[in-house]
Amino acid sequence: MQFFFEVLIAGLLSGVMYSLVALGFVLIYKASGVFNFAQGSMVYFAALTAVGLHDKGLSLWLSVPLTMVVMVVLALLIEKIVLRPLVAQPEISLFMATIGLSFFIEGLAQAIWGANVRALDLGIEDVPLEWVLEKANMAISQFDLIAAGIATVLVATLALFFSRTKIGRALRAVADDHQAALSIGIPLQHIWGIVWSVAGFVALVAGLLWGSRNGVQFALTFVALKALPVLILGGFTSVPGAIVGGLIIGASEKLAEVFLGPYVGGGLEGWFPYVLALLFLLIRPEGLFGEKIIRRI
Amino acid sequence: MKFIKQALVVTALAAAACSAYAQEQFIPAIDYRVGPYAAGGSGFFGGAIDYMTLVNEKGGINGVKLVWEECESEYNPTRGVECYERLKKKNGGAALVEPLSTGIAYGILDRVAQDKIPMTTLGYGRSDAADGRVFPYVFPLITSYWDQAAAMIKYLGDKAGGLDKLKGKKIVHLYHDSAFGKEPLPVLDAYAQKLGFELIKIPVAHPGNEQQAQWLQIRQAKPDYVILWGWGVMNATALKSAQRNGYPREKILGVWWAGSEEDVIPAGEAAKGYTTMTFNTPGNYPVLDEIRKKVYAAGKGNLEDKSRIGSVYHMRGVTAAILWTEAIRKAQEKYGKGKVMTGEQVRWGFENLNVDDARLKALGAFGMMPPVKTSCLDHEGSGAAKVQQWDGVKWKAVTPNWITGDKAMIRKMVEESAAKYAVEKKITPRDCSKEG
Amino acid sequence: MFYREAGQFKSSYAADSQIFPIRQDRIGFGLIIAFAFLGVPLLAALGIVSNYTFTAILTPFLIFSLAALGLNILTGYAGQLSLGTAAFMAVGAFGAYNFMLRIDGMPILLAFILGGLCAAAVGIVFGLPSLRIRGFYLAASTLATQFFVVWFVTKVGWFTNYSTSGVISAQKIRMFGYTFNSSMSKYLFVLGVVSVLTLLAKNMVRTNIGRSWMAIRDMDMAAEVIGFRPMRTKLMAFAVSSFYCGVAGALFAYAYLGTVEPEGFNLDLSFRILFMVIIGGAGSILGSFLGSAFIVLLPIFLNIFLLFLETSLHLELPSGISSSIELMVFGGLIIFFLIVEPHGLARLWQIGKEKLRLWPFPH
Repeated sequence: MQFFFEVLIAGLLSGVMYSLVALGFVLIYKASGVFNFAQGSMVYFAALTAVGLHDKGLSLWLSVPLTMVVMVVLALLIEKIVLRPLVAQPEISLFMATIGLSFFIEGLAQAIWGANVRALDLGIEDVPLEWVLEKANMAISQFDLIAAGIATVLVATLALFFSRTKIGRALRAVADDHQAALSIGIPLQHIWGIVWSVAGFVALVAGLLWGSRNGVQFALTFVALKALPVLILGGFTSVPGAIVGGLIIGASEKLAEVFLGPYVGGGLEGWFPYVLALLFLLIRPEGLFGEKIIRRI
Repeated sequence: MKFIKQALVVTALAAAACSAYAQEQFIPAIDYRVGPYAAGGSGFFGGAIDYMTLVNEKGGINGVKLVWEECESEYNPTRGVECYERLKKKNGGAALVEPLSTGIAYGILDRVAQDKIPMTTLGYGRSDAADGRVFPYVFPLITSYWDQAAAMIKYLGDKAGGLDKLKGKKIVHLYHDSAFGKEPLPVLDAYAQKLGFELIKIPVAHPGNEQQAQWLQIRQAKPDYVILWGWGVMNATALKSAQRNGYPREKILGVWWAGSEEDVIPAGEAAKGYTTMTFNTPGNYPVLDEIRKKVYAAGKGNLEDKSRIGSVYHMRGVTAAILWTEAIRKAQEKYGKGKVMTGEQVRWGFENLNVDDARLKALGAFGMMPPVKTSCLDHEGSGAAKVQQWDGVKWKAVTPNWITGDKAMIRKMVEESAAKYAVEKKITPRDCSKEG
Repeated sequence: MFYREAGQFKSSYAADSQIFPIRQDRIGFGLIIAFAFLGVPLLAALGIVSNYTFTAILTPFLIFSLAALGLNILTGYAGQLSLGTAAFMAVGAFGAYNFMLRIDGMPILLAFILGGLCAAAVGIVFGLPSLRIRGFYLAASTLATQFFVVWFVTKVGWFTNYSTSGVISAQKIRMFGYTFNSSMSKYLFVLGVVSVLTLLAKNMVRTNIGRSWMAIRDMDMAAEVIGFRPMRTKLMAFAVSSFYCGVAGALFAYAYLGTVEPEGFNLDLSFRILFMVIIGGAGSILGSFLGSAFIVLLPIFLNIFLLFLETSLHLELPSGISSSIELMVFGGLIIFFLIVEPHGLARLWQIGKEKLRLWPFPH
């Protein structure tokens, strides 16, 4: 039983890390109805830029804000060059454009910083908490706890931002229909610029945390794959959904791998979250917290 | 008009520069310098190209210069096959090919036999390709996955104080859940049965950037050793997860794909004490100094970052290039010195390699790699490996000598597997007694 | 001027409903087919087209076109976004391999068809969620197919005939006592299969089935109201699409790679094929081919072009940089094409046709 709880807690903590990445997707989808395939590349780009500057001799306190500036510039450029000409085009074309974007960003990151792997030390030690280890014989990393704290703060802030501010409300109008939003005077360009910047910020946070966990390398783009099931389970349009989805996915994926895995040969973490999310979708086709899709003829 | 004229002049110059040497041996470099595995690709091909530049600086192979062309494969089989097809006939034909990618190697496995171009798969690919009767054009040189797994068990046995001491011990095989990770299973299973240790197999789904579940299982099982058969981001993640679960890294033994600087640096402190297999002894060698002096000092080095000279992947690339050039040299001895060899002739060279310690000494690489002696029956040529340990800054060898596992057992498995392949593909194995 | 249908009268239903109602189209299409089957081999015999063209460009181009065509049926015609194409290709390849291996004297084409049918069956099972889930939710959940199938094939040794390396090596393609060994014969074999299946697809999308797909795509509730059964229609689309992908997968293994590991059919491949459909034009048979040409040829072209630039300008770029630039240009071009024509390359051809019809008179 104690082992069960250990796995459960580990799963919940991993789940928070997934939510962090999923959050970036939610932001952009909510604001523009674009499924931003390049989010994983943005995570990589942000982390690599921060570490690259840090390796050049800047302290982290300097390199991280500088990277944020870079991400804002990137967001504004994306809005101007990629999104603006594609306003009111079919969803799938926008999706494809973000795929092109992901190639571009990956190439750019490697052209500037090289393809070498780098270590990132945030100064948070990734070791089991000793008193938990002694008292309960459970290995819980303090790094994970801090990451979970950061993610919670981020989610709470963003959820408030979306529900309480004027921009937040404007965002929801934009997501429904670009042209309608434009025609009632919502400044689409500004809003997209802001949202992509915020998504860049989320990518930076995710990149730093994941990067210090596994090293800053190209494989950071793969964390997007971990975030997708979270996204569909929680709903594309819900910020709290991302965190609840993350917790559900993380916990059940770990429990399945540990307790179910041995019977089927293991390694089911690749597909299990997707199947689980699929089952949830069959009950609620727009995710747990997604806005209900009303369809009329 | 002026522009066109200029372009013409430039092209003519380029053409002239290319044909300055009459005798040129062409080697395609199907490499990958972007993407998730770029660190391995750039290090390995950087090393190989550096060594070939060095050979050219010293007058080539009996006067024959080496030329190469890089082609970006992105580690993608389709791109790799296209690269192979594009380069195989170029500049008089490819002497050999080395894709450093299992997927690409499989994609051109049938093609190399048809085109009569030898393919080396240094330490990866099909283990049963060591049987040269069924795979005449494939050379898994130095150490295949199976021999490596056998050497791992031998090392763990020695550490425990003898192979019989492994009885009753627990060994976890933590592997990348793919054909690559499953390849050593037959060998490990055979050993587990023979020596009586318990083998716990725990797969990690690709890409392996989340391993908490696996390491909790390991923590629960309390194994004596963990074999880490990983690739890419999975390795750093494994080390980090071991740390967060309090598993000592000294007890983790990695495969050679998990044993480069690029695998441990991202893990930082967590990697200290971690051991892996290797077929190069880490350290400095005269040949590396020569590369620094004659290649990099002249501004002809391939690596952007000079500090990577002598890193694991770089040294592996140098090792590969040594074997390539020695095979070409060997072929020249038979088919005419100072001549350009065809792929078929180089194949003969690979099959009759004899790079012993004396030869390695002459090349300035004594001790860097095990001696290699191939034959028609044995395309692997060695089967030896070493164990190295990361001390937080660099790799250090922990076994003074080359270690090999149960060669007879592995050979039997190789022959069985190759025979099965021959039946499936309707290949009649060559008769090695008739090969000259 | 050159492309006017004026003066071409149809006097029977058969003539009116043929695939190419316009004479210029018929001639053009005939020429292309004749060129592909006769012209290209002839050029090869004359030494103008090299072996490289067949084996590294034309064969993969055709195979990917077929896979893109399969996905286009599902995504472009029936409106169901899928990211599991490579999984269906894997089912086709591994299915065909096992039929060939386990049944003596199995004709290769039959094995391909059976492999395709296996893929179709898998497609139906994984298509079931589409009855409830839509859009990107569906796309993301088709990833379940992708990961599950590759995992399953890796786990169950039977599929690879317990190969210790976990790979399959495709048997030789033999038909009527002839072995397709040379690259040209393999090209012709692939061309034959792809042509027949394309013709079938072209006809299918013009019939009742195709129309029901498009109705579902445009608005499934409206389609249901006017009497199309969404379940049958959607599952049919999944089955047909998966069949095409399955056959493409078998060709990929047999006529192109030879030896394949399950990871050969990874997510990357699925994405690549989706790019082809979107870039080429969703809902267009021609678009599948154009998209495939774009995605297969562009990286090769970029690679060669950058190499040429480097050597001719004597640029000593660090080796990693040119590969990175290649990626950037590739991504940039995708965005550029989407901005210029969000509906894909096929639409450009339509616009071109319109222009040709009027040229040289503006109205």
